[in-house]
Formats: sequence, C-alpha cells, structure tokens
Amino acid sequence: METLLTRYRGVLVLVLILAAQLVMLGVQVRNQQDIRLVRVWAISAVTPLAMILDGAKSAVTDAVEGYVDLRSARKDNVALKSQVDTLRRQNEFLKAELATADRADRLLEFKQRIPSRTIAARIIGTNAAPSSQVVFVDRGASDGLVSGMAVINGTGVVGRVLDAYPNTAQVMLITDPSFAMGVISQKGRVVGTLRGLGQRRCMVDYVESHLVVEKDEWFYSSGDDRVFPRGLPIGPVVSVAQGNAFQDIYVEPAAMQRGLDEVLIVLEAVHQTVPPVATEAIPPLAPAPEKTLEELPEVSMGETSATPPAEGAAGANAAGVPPGSNATGTATPAQTHTPPARSPLATDADRLLDRYRRIGQSQNHPFGGGSVGTPPPDFNRAPAPPGAGTAATDATTTEPAVAGPAVTGTAATGTGTTGATLPGVRGTGAPAAAPAGASANTTIRSTPAPSPAAPVKAAPVKTAAPNQR
Amino acid sequence: MRVDADRLLIDSPHERQIIRFPWWVLLLASLLAVLFQIYVPATFRFLNFLEMPLLLVVYFPLMWRRQILGTTFGCALGLFQDTLSHHPIGMFGIAKTLVGYFTATVGMRFEVDHWAVRFLLVLFFFSFHRVFYWVLSNSVLHIPLELDLGRMAISGLLNAVVGIFLFNILDRTRESA
Repeated sequence: METLLTRYRGVLVLVLILAAQLVMLGVQVRNQQDIRLVRVWAISAVTPLAMILDGAKSAVTDAVEGYVDLRSARKDNVALKSQVDTLRRQNEFLKAELATADRADRLLEFKQRIPSRTIAARIIGTNAAPSSQVVFVDRGASDGLVSGMAVINGTGVVGRVLDAYPNTAQVMLITDPSFAMGVISQKGRVVGTLRGLGQRRCMVDYVESHLVVEKDEWFYSSGDDRVFPRGLPIGPVVSVAQGNAFQDIYVEPAAMQRGLDEVLIVLEAVHQTVPPVATEAIPPLAPAPEKTLEELPEVSMGETSATPPAEGAAGANAAGVPPGSNATGTATPAQTHTPPARSPLATDADRLLDRYRRIGQSQNHPFGGGSVGTPPPDFNRAPAPPGAGTAATDATTTEPAVAGPAVTGTAATGTGTTGATLPGVRGTGAPAAAPAGASANTTIRSTPAPSPAAPVKAAPVKTAAPNQR
Repeated sequence: MRVDADRLLIDSPHERQIIRFPWWVLLLASLLAVLFQIYVPATFRFLNFLEMPLLLVVYFPLMWRRQILGTTFGCALGLFQDTLSHHPIGMFGIAKTLVGYFTATVGMRFEVDHWAVRFLLVLFFFSFHRVFYWVLSNSVLHIPLELDLGRMAISGLLNAVVGIFLFNILDRTRESA
C-alpha cells in the first residue's frame, strides 16, 4: 500500500489539487459568489510592482519617443534648413525682381510725367578706369542715341551720353570730374555750373558770394546748357561755404543715391518749369511741359524773346524772398503757381542770342551776311528795343523782366557758362548774358565757360541758331 | 554528463539531471509573467498572443522533472492568474495544474534541453491549455467561448518560438546540483 502511494504520489497530488479547485470553482459558480479577499490580496500585491513597471514603461516609451522625435526633428531640421535656404534664395531673387519692377514702374511713371521724349536703358557695365565715372548702357546709336544726350532717372539727372556705339553707349555720370551742366536753385533761382568731383557730391560753381543759397535747397537743371532740359531735379544742397570769389556749394545728386540700374535717355528735350518751393523732401517734377527744343522756332533776326514769368520773380528772390512770395513776403497763389509763359526763348542762351541778334539789327549788321573784313557789331552798345524787330515782335517780352538768377544783379557774372555751350555764341568771345537793365557801357565779365561742358556736342538739342554768324 | 543534441529520449534514469532554480528566480519570473500577461497586451495589442505564465509552467516542471513540484507550480501560477482575472478562481488553476503535471512527466522521458523538444512541448501544451480552458468555460461556466483552431495554431507556433528564446534565457539562471 505504501509502495502504491509512493508510486502514484504524483497522480494523487494532482487529483487532490484538481478536486480542490473543482470544488472551489463549483462553489463559486453555484453560489454566484466571488472569493473577493483573495483577489484583493493578489491585486494589492501586484499593483505596486505594476505601477513601477508602468512608470518604467512610460519612461522608456518617452525616451524612445523622444529619441525618435529627436531623430525626426533632426531630419526635419536639415530638411527645413534646406527649404529655408531655397526659399531665401527665391526670396532674394523675387526681391530683386520686385525691385526691378518697382524701378521700372517708377521709371515708366517718370517717363510719362516728363514731357521729353526718352528711351529707357539698362546699365550693363562700368568703365575699366577706377576713377572714371562712366558706365555703359544697352542702348546705342541704333536706338537713336547720339553723344551729348541727357541721361536721367526717376530721381534726377544721371549724366549724359559720352559716346554712342551701334548697340551701346557710354554715359558720363554726373559725378564724373569732367561733367558739367547748368543748374538753377529752387528758391533763389541762383544759376551756377554743376561740376562732378569724382565722389558722391558735386559742386555748384560760379555762384557769387552775395547770392543766397540755402542748405537743403534743391538745384534743378537750368536748361542753359542746351543739353539737359530745364526743370530736372539735381539734388539738395548739403553744404554752403563762402569761398574767395564764389561760394563753395556742394550738392548731393539725388539720382545717384540709390544706385543705378535703369535710366532714361532724353532723345528730345523739353523744358519744364522749376517747381516752386514745396514742403516735400523731394520736390516734384514740373508737370507742365514747355515746348520741346525742337519745337522752338528757329531764332532768326527779327524775332524777339519772351521771358518766363518765373524768372520775373527772381527780383524778389534776389532780395531773399522765396519764389511764390511777393515782395512783402505774402504768398499769393497766383504767383506761387503761375505757369511760366510759353516762350520760345526759355533759356539764357536763347535770350543772349536774341540780344546779339537785336544788337546786330540795331547796327544794321547782318550776321553771316557781311563780306570779308566787315567789322563786327559793337556788342557793348545797347541793343535795339524789342519792338524794333520784325512784326512778330512780342511787346510783352522785355529784357528787364529777364531778371533771372544769374542775371539778377549779376552783371559781373553773366551766364557765360551756358552761353558758351551755344555753338553760335562760342566763337564770339562776347560776354554771356547782359544783366537786366544794364547799360551799353556795362562791362560784363564773362565767367569762365564750363570747360567740362565743352565736350557736349548738343546733338540732341536742335539749337536755335547754330549758323547765326 | 554531456548529452548528444540529436538524442530526444533519455535512455536511463541516471541521465535525469536534477536542475534547480533559485527561489527568487521562480518568484520574479512568475510575477513578471503574470504582470506581462495583464499589462503588456493592453499597450502592445499585437503581443496578446503570448501566454507567458503557460511558458513558465511548461519550462520549470520540464526542468524539474518532478510531477508533484510541477503540479504545485502550475496550480499556484494558475490560481494567481485567476485572482487577477474576472473569471471564477480555478479556471487557469485547473488548466495549468494539468499542464504542470504532464510537462514534468514528459521531462522525465525526454531530453529537455533540446530545442525541438521544447518547441513541440510548448506547441502541444499551448493547444492543450487552450482547449482545456475552452472546455471548462463551456461546461462549468457555460460561457460560450469561440475556439478558433487556426488562430490557436498560429498562436501556438509563435509561443513556441518565443518559448525557445525564453527558455534559453531561463537556462542561465538554473543551478545544477
């Protein structure tokens, strides 16, 4: 028996355990009653460990997820950096395109505003010489460019065409040391000669010490040089200092402040008025065109000149009264915005030519018609009155009204600077412009002609009387 | 004594090696197996095919080669699993008691270190455990459980594969007498 029990001990234990469990199971099923206490013990024993495991699992999961996120973040970072680089390049490109479009828009708007006929050009290169302020544009003789044409942009004068090749042209910038042009100040209508200095600033030369030029005052092209139409902004005065005989006036050309990319080349110049002093930092361009230089009638003997009213206010300007104000300083709209008379003799050169013509007329000297040895007329004698000319004489245009800045009380100065650019006048050796009301015996000191302007061939401008002599 | 790996049957009782495990290994392994069964499939649903307590009930009695010890271990682990389930206590207990007894019996006749023996035993006892539990549910509790034989076979294969690796790990914890 003992051997049997020993032999089947395992089976016996199995049966007993199974029987016990079956009884327990049967009781639970029959009574529909759970052994809750055992479950509570088991769960209480397991829960702390389960919480520890859950915490560990969370930590591991977080670490893994963090690592995965970090890896993906690194990948994303690399991808985003690449994307940012690409977008940055695109942005720069688009900015450049936008800037080009803006400039083109402004240039187009400017082109539509100015009366002169222009052609747009793009600057494609600079001169090899470092000190030279010369650039190349992508327009040339095939586009109608000739040397001497004015080059401008939306903010002012850029330079002039130095030489025109078939498909390109050299443009001398306003800052070139050999550049010169006639300018006029906005407030005092003081006329001078702008010269480049090879740097950012330009100098307005030949302005006598007693003339009033204020800082921040704008200079405009005077049109006297017969290259640049009148009324184009040059730039503000940045410094004024008294020199020996003339003032040292420095102007910062507005056109050169933002760099150059696109420019307009003036094919047919039309004079504009120098706008009255306004409150804008950048004075607006004169809206109303005068006549194109080509539309100017050929000045011939017998024609008289008309004086723009704006110049007539220069008397007050000389007295320190800003343009647009009367002598008492009270601004009158009529004076402020009076459009200039549509005169064919818009420039001092025209008036000078007209004066010489009348001098010759009063002394019965036919210019270009005399034989060899015929004495020249006496230019120191007073000219014939305007009414003594042809039937087309305009009685309202009297010389005293031509009290322009350079003329107003500037008998010693004259406007030889501009007169010298006139081919018909250049060889006369005569004084430039007679001052208003100057007597025949007045000695007019001709200021040195702007030799830099000498290269100007004035090809685009059909000057009024090239063959007067 | 070294046993040829190609031999699956033990020729004589002298070849029965007595294998013992530290008590803490038994305790920790049982606890972790039950916790794994409760918590891990809740997070990783694809692991719900694993029957870790059953793998232990197969492994330890197989190593011990003692029917009473195997029966007791199976009963204890089954009841512990029952206490953490929502079924009446005794369902897993009875099933695992039987598994423990039979694996200990088999261990006396087979070379238990052979991977093929382990694989087949796990596959067989997994199916046995699943079928027996199904029988108990339907007959005692009258809970109509569905017995998907195909799913059971696949789960058995997967458990057998996992069992081989798990048994190798547990082999490192055993101490020979």
